[in-house]
Parts: sequence; C-alpha cells; structure tokens
Amino acid sequence: MNFLSLFQYGFIVRGLEAGMIVAIIAPLIGIFLVLRRYSLIADTLAHVSLAGIAIGLLLGVNPALSALGTTVIASLGMERLRTSKRVYGESALALFLSGSLALAIVLLSLAKGFNTNLFNYLFGSIVTVTSADVRIIAGLGVVVIVLLVAFFKELVYVTFDEDAAKVSGIPTRLINTLLIVFAAVTVSLSIPIVGVLLIAALIVIPVVTALQLRKSFLATIVYAEFFSLFSVIAGIFASFYLNLSTGGTIVLIMLAIFGAVMASRKG
Amino acid sequence: MSKQHESVNIIEVKDVAFSFGAEKVLHDISFDIHRGDYLGIIGPNGSGKTTLLKIMLGLLRPESGTIKLFGKDLKNFREWSKIGYVPQKATNFDAHFPATVHEVVLMGRYGSRGLLHRITGHDHNLVRKSLEQVGMQEYQHRLIGDLSGGQQQRVFIARALAGQPEVIFLDEPTTGIDEKTQGEFYALLKKLNEDLNLTLVLVSHDIAMVTKEVMHIACIDRTLVCHMSPEEYLKESHSEKIFGHDVKVMTHHRHKK
Repeated sequence: MNFLSLFQYGFIVRGLEAGMIVAIIAPLIGIFLVLRRYSLIADTLAHVSLAGIAIGLLLGVNPALSALGTTVIASLGMERLRTSKRVYGESALALFLSGSLALAIVLLSLAKGFNTNLFNYLFGSIVTVTSADVRIIAGLGVVVIVLLVAFFKELVYVTFDEDAAKVSGIPTRLINTLLIVFAAVTVSLSIPIVGVLLIAALIVIPVVTALQLRKSFLATIVYAEFFSLFSVIAGIFASFYLNLSTGGTIVLIMLAIFGAVMASRKG
Repeated sequence: MSKQHESVNIIEVKDVAFSFGAEKVLHDISFDIHRGDYLGIIGPNGSGKTTLLKIMLGLLRPESGTIKLFGKDLKNFREWSKIGYVPQKATNFDAHFPATVHEVVLMGRYGSRGLLHRITGHDHNLVRKSLEQVGMQEYQHRLIGDLSGGQQQRVFIARALAGQPEVIFLDEPTTGIDEKTQGEFYALLKKLNEDLNLTLVLVSHDIAMVTKEVMHIACIDRTLVCHMSPEEYLKESHSEKIFGHDVKVMTHHRHKK
C-alpha cells in the first residue's frame, strides 16, 4: 500500500482534520493552564466530559455535544467553588474529578454502555470521528482560537501577575472565567482524538516541552504548536500503520520529544 | 504640613478598618496623599501595611471606611491607568515564566489599551522609553527570569511607568536586593519623584532606609500611629514612642519574606 492510498480512507482524513485543529488549540490553552499551575484542571474537566458522554449515550444525543455542555457547566461550577474559597482549590478539583467519574460509571451502567464504544471514548480512536464531529470541532475550534487571540493580552497579564493586572483595570474575573470555559471546550473537542484519559497530556506536554527551551512567550507558543502538530500528525499515521491506539501513540510521541529536549538541554 | 503650594490630595483614606475573619487587622486609618508626594508606609511585619496598600488599590475591600482616588470613591473609580503598581516581587513572580523584558513591560500598556484593542507601535515606543528611564533598554530581549533581583525590580518599575501613571504604589520593593543595588534603586525612585513629579507610595519595613528617602512617613501598627516628615519621625523614634516595641531590631535586621 503506498502512502497516498491512505487518503482513500475517509476516516483517516476526518481524523487528521479533527486532530490538527485540536493540536492547534491545545497548546494555546495549555500555556495559560500550565503557567497558572492549573494543569490538573484539564484532567478534571476530562473526567467531567466522560459524564457528559454518558449522558449523551443515555439520551441518544451526539456525545460530543453533551460532553461540551456538561464540561462548560462544570467548569463554571469549579471556578465558582474555587473563588468562594470554601474548599481548597485542589479539593474542589478532586470533588469534581471523582464525582463526575462516579456519575459517568452509574449512567453508563444504566445505558449498558460498557462496550468498545466506551473504550474509544476513554483512549481515543480516529475511527469513531464522524463528519458531524469534524464540523463541530472545526466550528468551535475557530471560535476558541478567535476568542483566545481577542483576549490574548489580558490572559497573558492575568497569568503573569493577577494583582497587577487587576490594578491596571483588567476585568480579571471575566478573564479567569473565559479561560476555564475555553479549557472546557478544548477538552470536549479533544475527546475523539486522544480520549478522555489522555487529554491532559495533549494540553500540557507540548507546552512543558517548549518551556524547557527558555524562549519568549510568543516563541514558546510557536514551539509548543510545532511539537503538538508534529506529535498528533505522526501519531495518527503511526497508529494507522501499526494498528495502535491513536491517543496512546500521540502521547508517547509527545513524551519522546519531551525527553529528547530535556536531554539536549542538559548537554 | 507640606512645603508644596498647590497641593491637591489625590488619595484620601478615611476611617478605614479591615479584618481577616475575626482578627482585626486595621482600624481607624485616615490620611491623605497629595500630588507629588513621596510617602513611605512603614511598620513591623504583621502591622497590616501591605493590607492597607491592597485596600487602597481595590484588591481588598475595607470592612468600613472609604478610599478616594483622584477625588472619586474607589467603587466608582475607573481611570486605572493613572495608577501604577509594583507588587512584592518574591511572591508574585515565577522565575521560569517565559517572557522577555520587553514582553513584561508591554503588559503595562494592556490596561490603558483596553479590551479587544490591539497593541500598536505607540505602545512599543512607550515600552522602550520606560526601559530607558530605568536604564534597562539593553536588556529588552533578555528573559525576565535571567536577570538579577535588582534588575527585575527596575523592569517592574518600567512596567508601571509604561502605563503613564500619576502615582506608583510599591510593595516592599527592595526585598532580597543587596545594599548597593538598593541605593541605586532609591536614587531612581527619587529621580522619578523629582523629575517627573510622580507621586510615590512605598510600603517598607526598612525604616532606616525609608526615613532617608521619603517626603512623608505613615507609621502603621494596626492603626495609624504617626503621619509626619522623616525629620520629625527621627526625633521621636529614639523614645520608642511610636511603635512601643522592638523598633531597633526592625531597623537593622532584614526580614525575609
């Protein structure tokens, strides 16, 4: 089979399209989450999205959409619980993480959903990407990118120095809320590609790798984008040829790049 | 009380009180700051001076009392570009943050530019001008984390200057900076106060240094225990009248934090 014959398979084209959009968004949101020590928020939202998928399967709604709705609503609840300071920040995350996983398991057992379908949602499989999914990912992906660019300078300032940003007149509360909602949307969009359990890796690893290079803020984003796109595209091809899990392959490639960058910085 | 003739009060603090939970941190605090003033807010650790600063900046809400900035009640104050803020560096800043000096100072323009407005060449020019004013123009492409403590502090001053403020608030700006660099730092502040007529409000526990530099002193120990010129303060402080306890220790020992 030659290389071009790959594109005769509709699903791999859809997978690449969706994968590349997700690969572009993930570091854009990831850089803010990583620098604010919010990496675990991505993981928590990913578990919430699983509850969303379960709701979708139970009600017969497109799981991508139900995951999106659930994650966005939960993200607002998390931000509210965090700012109320009635529970510690990490405890709020633990509540949401285990709570939504419990809900997901109960709902899935109701929907008798413990089948291969669930395995795909947990670990990602481009085979499950439908053309409706690609349209959702592309549409929302463009919205997230446009909004991230629109609020970029405020996000940078709030991330670097929240107090100074507030004193300079930036509506920090609005910016914090936008960040967590963007994170929720990004997480939901990433499910078909890497699966619920590996989303945090997609958002965090390329950024952490780029941070090792010690560059300016903009250069760090450019490098993170490069690592992300390379890993996702290479991961999709490799998983197809070698018949491996897409999400797992992508994350292992990301980790290999991280290891190589770390090793080269030491020498 | 001031030598300046047309002294306009740009900051008015009236009967301010603040508590953390059941603990009363500040009470009965009233004083004014006039245009062109250089006020040192001093007090021992835990005296509530940083809390007072945060109340004046709207970062904390007072339990009672009012703050007026440029004649407007803090609740209705919107002209934040008139205010520059240099936070306590050690607690607010991540040395691994990927940002160049230019990028950090540019943040000082974001508030004035406003939501959904793009940064222009004018903003970049102001960044360069601010870096010149603090003598850091050669460092603009360096990473902020690679600079020394004193250099970083100058960059944060430049960030405040880039917003073209009328008053700059500084919270313990010399923490963790060696003696010689501190001297240069205070010389820079004096220059900004005298040449640009910038009003400065400086919170510090380093009484020895502050009394040499500022125009007025406000001593805080849960409440306002004095508001006077440094000369008057030095006359009185021998008697330990002002804080009533370990003023000596406080003056010579540099606290970490």
